[in-house]
Amino acid sequence: MADKNGFFDLSKKSLSRRTALKGMAAGAGLALAPGFVRYSQAQSSAPIKIGFQSHRTGIGAAYGRWYEKTSAAAVKAINDAGGINGRKVELVIEDDGTDPARGAEVVNKFAKQHKTDIVFGTLFSHVVIGSAPAAGENKIPYFVVSEGHHVASTKLNRYVFQPGITDVKSQIQSMAPWIAANAGKKVTQIFPDFAFGYDHRDYLPPALKAQGANVIAQIAIPPTESSFTKYFPQIPAETEVIYHVMVGPAVLTFVKELGEFYGSQRPQLFGFMDSLEAVDINSPGLEFLDGSHFWEGSPRYAQPDDSAAQKAYRAAVGIDDNGAAVGDPKDISTASHMFGCWETLYVVKKAMEDAGYKGPEDRAKLVEATEALKEFAEGPEHPQGPKTFNGKIHQCFGIQNISKVEGGKLKVVHKTKIEDGLYEPEGDYTTQAL
Amino acid sequence: MHFGPHLLLAALEGLVTSAVLALTALGLSLVFGVMRIVNVAHGEFFMLGAVLAWAISTAISGHPAIGFATALVIAPLLVGLVAFLAEWLVLRRLNYNPESTIVATIGMLYIIQQLALTFYGPEARPVEPPFSYRILLPWFGYSGYKLSVVAASAILLLITWLVLTRTKIGLIMRATQYDRETAQAFGIPVERVYAGVFAIGAMLAAIAAVLIVPISQAHYLMGQDPLLLSFIVVIIGGLGSLRGTVVAAVLIGLSDGIISMFFSPTLAKIIATLVVAMVLVFRPQGLFGTAPR
Repeated sequence: MADKNGFFDLSKKSLSRRTALKGMAAGAGLALAPGFVRYSQAQSSAPIKIGFQSHRTGIGAAYGRWYEKTSAAAVKAINDAGGINGRKVELVIEDDGTDPARGAEVVNKFAKQHKTDIVFGTLFSHVVIGSAPAAGENKIPYFVVSEGHHVASTKLNRYVFQPGITDVKSQIQSMAPWIAANAGKKVTQIFPDFAFGYDHRDYLPPALKAQGANVIAQIAIPPTESSFTKYFPQIPAETEVIYHVMVGPAVLTFVKELGEFYGSQRPQLFGFMDSLEAVDINSPGLEFLDGSHFWEGSPRYAQPDDSAAQKAYRAAVGIDDNGAAVGDPKDISTASHMFGCWETLYVVKKAMEDAGYKGPEDRAKLVEATEALKEFAEGPEHPQGPKTFNGKIHQCFGIQNISKVEGGKLKVVHKTKIEDGLYEPEGDYTTQAL
Repeated sequence: MHFGPHLLLAALEGLVTSAVLALTALGLSLVFGVMRIVNVAHGEFFMLGAVLAWAISTAISGHPAIGFATALVIAPLLVGLVAFLAEWLVLRRLNYNPESTIVATIGMLYIIQQLALTFYGPEARPVEPPFSYRILLPWFGYSGYKLSVVAASAILLLITWLVLTRTKIGLIMRATQYDRETAQAFGIPVERVYAGVFAIGAMLAAIAAVLIVPISQAHYLMGQDPLLLSFIVVIIGGLGSLRGTVVAAVLIGLSDGIISMFFSPTLAKIIATLVVAMVLVFRPQGLFGTAPR
C-alpha cells in the first residue's frame, strides 16, 4: 500500500507551518475571549438541537423514513417562520435500529455527545420503554410519537412526553362503541406479541364489555413471524369481527393469508392502520380487504372535508391525495402516525417559548412548561385535529378516524370526539422530582 | 376447527416451510461439504434473490406469470454472479481458512444487507404470484401457489441429486469434497470447483427465495430466519449430506408447522434448538453425516 501520489502525506499539502500557527492562535484567542461573549453568542444564534431517535433500520425502517420526512418538513416550516425563540432548529438524527438496547445508547449519545436540547421521535413502544430510563437518568426531555399507552400509564418517568399522538387505550375506548354497534359483538383479537400488542390485549376487552360486546379469543403473534396461516384455526367459528393490529414487514402476508383462508366467507374485519402503514392498499392479494374498516390516526387519502391546515400539511410533507410521496405513487406514507411528529415539534416550540428556554440548563423549566399545556387548537400546527393535553400523565387526547376500504381507497366514515377517549389518570408524573 | 382438518392445515404449512428450507439449507450444506466454509452470508443471498425477483417482476409488464418466470431464471443467475465475485475477491484471498472465512462472510452479510437497505429500501414489497388459484377445502381455503412451491422444490432437489450423483460435474464436486489434495493431484481445478460450488450454493438460496417471495414479501431483513433454520437443518442432517439435509428440512418444517399450530411458535423454536443440542451431544456428525476421517 505505497502512498505513491502522496495523498496521505500532510507535509505535501498546502497547509504551511505559518498558516497552521495562525489558525491555532486565532482559535486560542477565541477560546480565551471573555466568557459572557461566547455565552450570549451561543444563546442568540446557536441552533436548538433536537436529537431525533429514528428507526432507520430494523423492523421500523419504513416508519422511520417517513417520520424523518415529516419532521424535516416541520422543522423547515418552523425555521421559515423564525425558529424557536428566534433560534433555528436543527435535527440531529441517530439510528436506533428499532432496538430497545440501542435506543437507550442513542439517548445517552444525544445527551452526552451531541448535547442536544431534547430527544424526540421514537415510534416503536419497546424502544420507548427501553430508552425512557436513559432519558430520566440524563434528565433530558424525551418527546415520543409512539401511540403506546406506556407514557400515559405513568410507569415511565417525568421526562417522557407524548403530546402529538393519542395512546392506544384512548383510541380503543373511543372506537369500541362503533365496533360493537356496526361490526359485531363477538370479537377475536389478533395482535403482536410485545408491548404495543399488549395495550390492545388489555384494553379492548373492558372497552367492548362496556358496549355489550365480547372478546372471545386473543391470538398473540410474534413480531418477527413471517407466515400466519397456522394461527387462523385458533379463530373461533362464531367470530363476528376479527380485530387485527399487526406491525412489521410481514403485515401484507398476514392479510393475504387471511384472505386465502376465508375467501369471501369472512367475518367482519376491523384493523388498525398499523397493519398496513407504508403498504399500498391496492397491492395484489389485498382485494380481500374491500369493505373492511380501519382505525386511522390521520387519514391516508385526502378527504372531501379536509381542512386548509390538513391540505397545507400534506403539501409541506410531500404526500399526494392517495397518501403516497409526490412523484412516486408507489412510495406509500405512514400517514396514520407521522402527523404526530409534526404536531409534537410544534408542542415543543410552544413549550420552549412558554419556558423562555435558553439551553440545556432550562430543561426542567421545559418539562414544567410542557406539563402546563392544556389544549392545542386545530390549525396549521395541529392539522390532524384539536387536542387536549393532560400534564399529569404527559399524554394528549384527540379524535380518531374510522375508515372503510372502498374502491381501492380509504374513506373516513366516522370521527370520534375527544371526550370519547378520556379516561381516569392512572398516576401523576408531576409528583416526581425533576 | 376439528382435529383432522387442523392437522391437515398444519401439515400443509409445514410442507411449504420444509420445501423452501430444504433448498436453502442444501445450498449451505453444499458449500460447507465441498469447501469446508461456514457461509454466514447465506441468508443474504436468499434475501438478494427475493429483492431481485421483485425488481425483475415489476420491471416486466404483462401477465404476472411472465415476470415471475423471468425472475425465477434471472435472479438466481445474478445472485450466483455476486457469490462468484465474492468468492473470487474475498474467500480465495483468505485461502479458505475456516476462521477467516467466517469473519469475512459475516462482513459480506452486513454489506449485502445494508446495500439492499440503501438501494431497495426498508419496505416489504410484494411480488404477484404467477397464478392465484385458491383450493377450496370443506373446512378452509388454501393457496394453490403454496402447493406448487412444494412441487417445484421437490423437482429442484431431484435435479440437484441427479447432478451430484450422475454427472461428471457432480463427480468432480464429490471428489473435491472427499479429499481436496488428492483431487488436485488428479488435475481437478479445485479453485474453479470452489467458485462454482459457492455460486451454486447461493443460487439455490436465491431460487428458494424467488419461490417464497409471492407468499411472503421481499424485505431487506428477510435473510435472518432462513439462515438460522438452515444451520439447524444442516447440523441435524449432517453437514455436507444431501439426504440428511432434505430429511432434516422436512422434519423441522413439519414439526414447526404442527407444534406451532397446536401449541405455540415459541415452543417449536425451543424444540428445534433442543434437537440441535441433542444431536451435537450424541451424534456430532449429524443424523446422516459421516464421522470425520
